[in-house]
Amino acid sequence: MEKQRHKYSLIKVLRENQAAQGLFLMSPTNIYLLIFIVFPLLLVAVLSFLARGSYGEVAYRFNLANYVRLFDTLYAKILAYSLGVGFGTTFISLLIGYPMAYYIARAPARNRSLLLFLILLPFWTNFIIRIYAWIMILRAEGFLNSFLQWTGIIQQPLNILYTPTAVLIGMVYEFLPFMVLPLYTSLEKIKDAQLEAAADLGAPPWKAFLRVTLPLSVPGMIAGTILVFIPAMGMFVVPDLMGGAKTILIGNLIRNQFLTARDWPFGAAASMILMLLTMAFTLYYTRKAGFGEELLV
Amino acid sequence: MSEFAVEFRDAVKLFPTPEGGEVTAVDHIDLQIQHGEFFSLLGPSGCGKTTSLRMMAGFEWPTSGDVLIDGKVMGRIPPYQRSVNTVFQSYALFEHMTIFQNVAFGLEMEKKPKEEIIRRVGELLDMVKLSGMAKRKPKQLSGGQQQRVALARALIKQPRVLLLDEPLGALDMKLRKEMQLELKALQDQVGITFVYVTHDQEEALTMSDRIAVMSQGRVLQIGTPVEIYERPNCRFVADFIGETNFLEGTVVSRQGDLAVVSVTKLGVEITCMAGDGIDAGKKAVISVRPEKISISQAPLREQNTFRAKVVEIAYIGSDTRVILEGTGNVRLSIWEQNKTSTLDPNSFYHSGQEIWVNLPPENSLVLVGE
Repeated sequence: MEKQRHKYSLIKVLRENQAAQGLFLMSPTNIYLLIFIVFPLLLVAVLSFLARGSYGEVAYRFNLANYVRLFDTLYAKILAYSLGVGFGTTFISLLIGYPMAYYIARAPARNRSLLLFLILLPFWTNFIIRIYAWIMILRAEGFLNSFLQWTGIIQQPLNILYTPTAVLIGMVYEFLPFMVLPLYTSLEKIKDAQLEAAADLGAPPWKAFLRVTLPLSVPGMIAGTILVFIPAMGMFVVPDLMGGAKTILIGNLIRNQFLTARDWPFGAAASMILMLLTMAFTLYYTRKAGFGEELLV
Repeated sequence: MSEFAVEFRDAVKLFPTPEGGEVTAVDHIDLQIQHGEFFSLLGPSGCGKTTSLRMMAGFEWPTSGDVLIDGKVMGRIPPYQRSVNTVFQSYALFEHMTIFQNVAFGLEMEKKPKEEIIRRVGELLDMVKLSGMAKRKPKQLSGGQQQRVALARALIKQPRVLLLDEPLGALDMKLRKEMQLELKALQDQVGITFVYVTHDQEEALTMSDRIAVMSQGRVLQIGTPVEIYERPNCRFVADFIGETNFLEGTVVSRQGDLAVVSVTKLGVEITCMAGDGIDAGKKAVISVRPEKISISQAPLREQNTFRAKVVEIAYIGSDTRVILEGTGNVRLSIWEQNKTSTLDPNSFYHSGQEIWVNLPPENSLVLVGE
């Protein structure tokens, strides 16, 4: 009897089955992923095929109406606009982030940790508070306009706040560190000897940059792009606060459907579309650049 | 064509230290390297040999003095405008390019036509026996192969001078020996001046036409391998190149090339070859190589001989290495070549045995003491 029980014990199975060993060792991760990613995603996916009841509850009727509705001009526009803001944010972050990362990577080793610390410093303050700080800076009587008028560069205050420009500024501000850090990691790995070799073989500095530094920093550019683009697509706080009511992104749409309009199924459908779009972009982008999964490690 | 391929005129290089001071990496060096020569800079780490090489390449500029390449003062001319190329210690191959692209890089910078690039890269890869590897990436090659790529990449520019910074340092012993001979053969074949930095004295002796021995930013001696080994001009060079025994004493007299030195601890007077600056009354040190000393049961001559006791014996096949101790605890190391194949234990010395040490005057050298 005792022996019989032992035959099915977990220990015994693990001792004999290698696949089970792997599965067991990975189980904390697997359970975590199951509870916090797979299960909620399935919930949203199922929800997106249901309908809204008269009182904002979920009616269990299978239908595709939510997805059809997303192709409505109104929503298609929001989607396209979101894509534009996402790409814009990513592109500007790359443009500003690259010189920053390059500077940090080329700074004397003892200064680098301080510079990286400064990049991360804003995260010590709540995001919303920092956005309000930007509102203070950008509004008509804000710091920026006061300063520009004081210097005499402009006579009338610039209307930046509550425009798409303000949204872009806020987004770039928020996501810049996510671009700088992976870029820094890539650039920092490039050895001086590689650049010396390029110079030795007849490449002036700008050519050495184009032929050696830039290609070797592609992994950082891709990682940074992904880290900025994905959250930028779903962002709704910045457009809410800095874009006024005028600028609606898909993130706002989803939030509104869930919290204001109480149309969970439609919000779920919009979420699914957002996810599919970002996934398609990310996969295409990484494959196109000749990198596989190893990049994301 | 100018007189020298490379020339240093009183070149000095100072580096700032983090504490705000300065450290002298190269200390007033004068150096002339001939065209077509295989010239080695030899010395322990931190002696300034790599800094000197980097000054030729243009990665560093002299703080004072001049570096000339092909008779032209280099001043602050950047590396990409110099007619020298470097093989780096770490190879520094471009990881993101194929072997072909690596080797072609230098020609692309010169904007050579595509057909010429393809032809010349092919020739160079043939020369370093890597023709089949053109499409691979550096990481897919062994250390020895990467080394050849680095060599081909530099040689394709047909430099006036090829600078090699410990290029064999990362290879294992056997491959290293092979590459030493190959490099030497390659240099004969292409006829380019090679300046070779190494801390391995055996490597320098094997390959070089001439060697500059460096220490603490200074060049101590320049000469052929034989000159450096047989006529070291100071204690450091004698000690750094090969093995040697030092006997400290005072110069009693000097006549021509020979000097008589009283070795204080041993209490004997030794006649030996004397270098420059050896005069009666000066403190001096005799350097004698272990393989030049002979030992015997009875003294071989009347002078230059003294008694010592065998302390240790190591039979290593080709040689028998004997450690002796004379009066005043003076220790000597001696290598006796095993010229016979005898198995008779009586033909070997044994520890504790008293024997005679004979120093032939022409094979020991007096160096000035510190």
